[in-house]
Amino acid sequence: MSEPLLKVRDLHTSFFTPAGEVKAVNGVSFNLDRGKVLGIVGESGSGKSVTAYSIMQILASTGKIVSGSIKLDGQELVGAGESVMKTIRGNKVSIIFQDPMTSLNPTYTIGHQLVEAIMLHTNRNKAEAKARALEMLRLVNVNEPEKRLKQYPFEHSGGMRQRVMIAMALACEPDILIADEPTTALDVTIQAQILELMKDLQKELGMAIIMITHDLGVVAQMCDEVIVMYAGSICEQGTAEEIFYNPKHEYTKGLMHSIPTADTAGQKLQPITGTPIDLLNMPEGCPFAPRCDAAMKICIKSRCERMRINEEHFAACWMNVKEGIENGTIVPEEEKGGENE
Amino acid sequence: MSEIRETGNDILVDVRHLKQYFNINVSPLKTKPLKAVDDVSFSIRRGETLGLVGESGCGKTTVGRSILHLYQPTGGEVIFDGRPVKSKKDIAELRKKATMVFQDPYSSLDPRMTVSDIIAEPLDIHKVFRNKAEREAKILELMDRVGLNSEHASRYAHEFSGGQRQRIGIARALSLNPEFIVCDEPVSALDVSIQAQVINMFVELQEQMNLTYLFIAHDILVVRHISNRIAVMYLGKMVELADAAEIYDRPLHPYTRSLMSAVPQPDPIVAKANKRIVLSGDIPSPLNAPSGCPFRTRCPHATEACAESMPEFKEVASGHFVACHRVNEL
Repeated sequence: MSEPLLKVRDLHTSFFTPAGEVKAVNGVSFNLDRGKVLGIVGESGSGKSVTAYSIMQILASTGKIVSGSIKLDGQELVGAGESVMKTIRGNKVSIIFQDPMTSLNPTYTIGHQLVEAIMLHTNRNKAEAKARALEMLRLVNVNEPEKRLKQYPFEHSGGMRQRVMIAMALACEPDILIADEPTTALDVTIQAQILELMKDLQKELGMAIIMITHDLGVVAQMCDEVIVMYAGSICEQGTAEEIFYNPKHEYTKGLMHSIPTADTAGQKLQPITGTPIDLLNMPEGCPFAPRCDAAMKICIKSRCERMRINEEHFAACWMNVKEGIENGTIVPEEEKGGENE
Repeated sequence: MSEIRETGNDILVDVRHLKQYFNINVSPLKTKPLKAVDDVSFSIRRGETLGLVGESGCGKTTVGRSILHLYQPTGGEVIFDGRPVKSKKDIAELRKKATMVFQDPYSSLDPRMTVSDIIAEPLDIHKVFRNKAEREAKILELMDRVGLNSEHASRYAHEFSGGQRQRIGIARALSLNPEFIVCDEPVSALDVSIQAQVINMFVELQEQMNLTYLFIAHDILVVRHISNRIAVMYLGKMVELADAAEIYDRPLHPYTRSLMSAVPQPDPIVAKANKRIVLSGDIPSPLNAPSGCPFRTRCPHATEACAESMPEFKEVASGHFVACHRVNEL
């Protein structure tokens, strides 16, 4: 297989707060191939958004990429500097945010904001940029695009604004679209419209999507591959089918059991006990161990490395080692982990 | 639990032709009524959970608040435990027996009150304890009931996580031993792993205290899980009401059908094979609601008749109510 479009290796991103260093992303590695949809799932504070913001280098002023490598099409982005990043953002990697209400500027028209973004990233003049803006609005199924261009964000519904955001993000035909909880603020029927639209556009334009969400339903519908994050690290990674039907990390298993489905009516859900971890006080061992029902002595003492379950599936859970020792099927993976500092 | 649900056919909350209009300034001197809830009727049996779903702005929260008379209803009546709620005295009585759990565990707790004061506020208002010791004992009992550590009684809300805050809100709602709780999106602000804990707690409390819930949420899988019956609202009107399994598996109203098909199923094979009925367009503004059936502007089956009159909310099968002109043809 050829070189992946995006290659993230052992990424560490921290926020330096008065209370101490918050390790928001703690050794994350993954690949993203052209035209694929990668889902990143996790709870709030698991580091899924910070991973995406690190790729774009749009972290808050207290945040910093401490170490690791992010290679886009072979080009190293960590330490590349603002002038390089300006050519990446919008052109090669675009992002849409969760809240379509606050991510547009309320004091400018939709047209102004679209034209500004297009002129900034391409050589088009104003008339050409406007034509492109119209074309983009049509692409994302905004009705009466000419009229919409002259309107302000407050005149649009949430679904419409998210469409405008998608139009803006796609105007320069990026290779990667990062969607940070793109439908969380939207209603179910509008969510269905937006997801359908993203899927169609992805097929049409052949871009890759990184879909950040906490909604396993959205992941199941959209993603080819899934990364499950907990407390800044990847606990499990694999194809959507593997993750949903053959979860190999206790946290993923817990998540799958805790969501209500049509079949759980009248039954008790099996929640994950306890509360999410405090990133300022990370335990030595597996970050999930304090909440894990199956935790063993080793889980509290040391963190499990990424293990290969099969070609398409990796997990970092000692339970697999236990199983592996029992039946001799699982071999530790040396090549990809990159944690040998 | 199921026995109570099936035999408990006496009605605790009966809502008849409830109307809740808000006057909105459309220009400096002109106001226009916004029909947030327009002629909604339903009843909730003792011990059951009625799920109320719909998209933002459909009036589901307003229904919950109007039942508790947090707003004075514009029309219609609410009959609680066989007695119509009319006078101020009725409302005060109602609020001893009917309480509410709010969506946002951050803004619904006073940041300057300790947990024990938050939980005891309803007790203080209704003066139901005889002495301080009784008050303390009640607070500790409530905290224990919702799984909070009694050592946390003197802490402030900001020291707790979202899930724990929601437990504080639930303890407050339980403090007067209510019969009925309006749960307004109580789990939608919580993380998935915490959501399940709180949902389980609602179910356990219902069994222990024989509670009746109006469970308002936009997450259909959560509502399907917890409810005995489900009602669907659209633009201030109730469009369908039926047994939870029935409405989920065999929705009759075109809006309910699209809503159910739009639910993202947490199962890749099902989700990718699922034929979604994707609606075009957005929800119209309730200030300019369409004539006739409110859904007709987005309905794939709308005819001229739909523009002329609002379809009647009628029973088409045992316990299955639908408001659609074409329900027999579709």
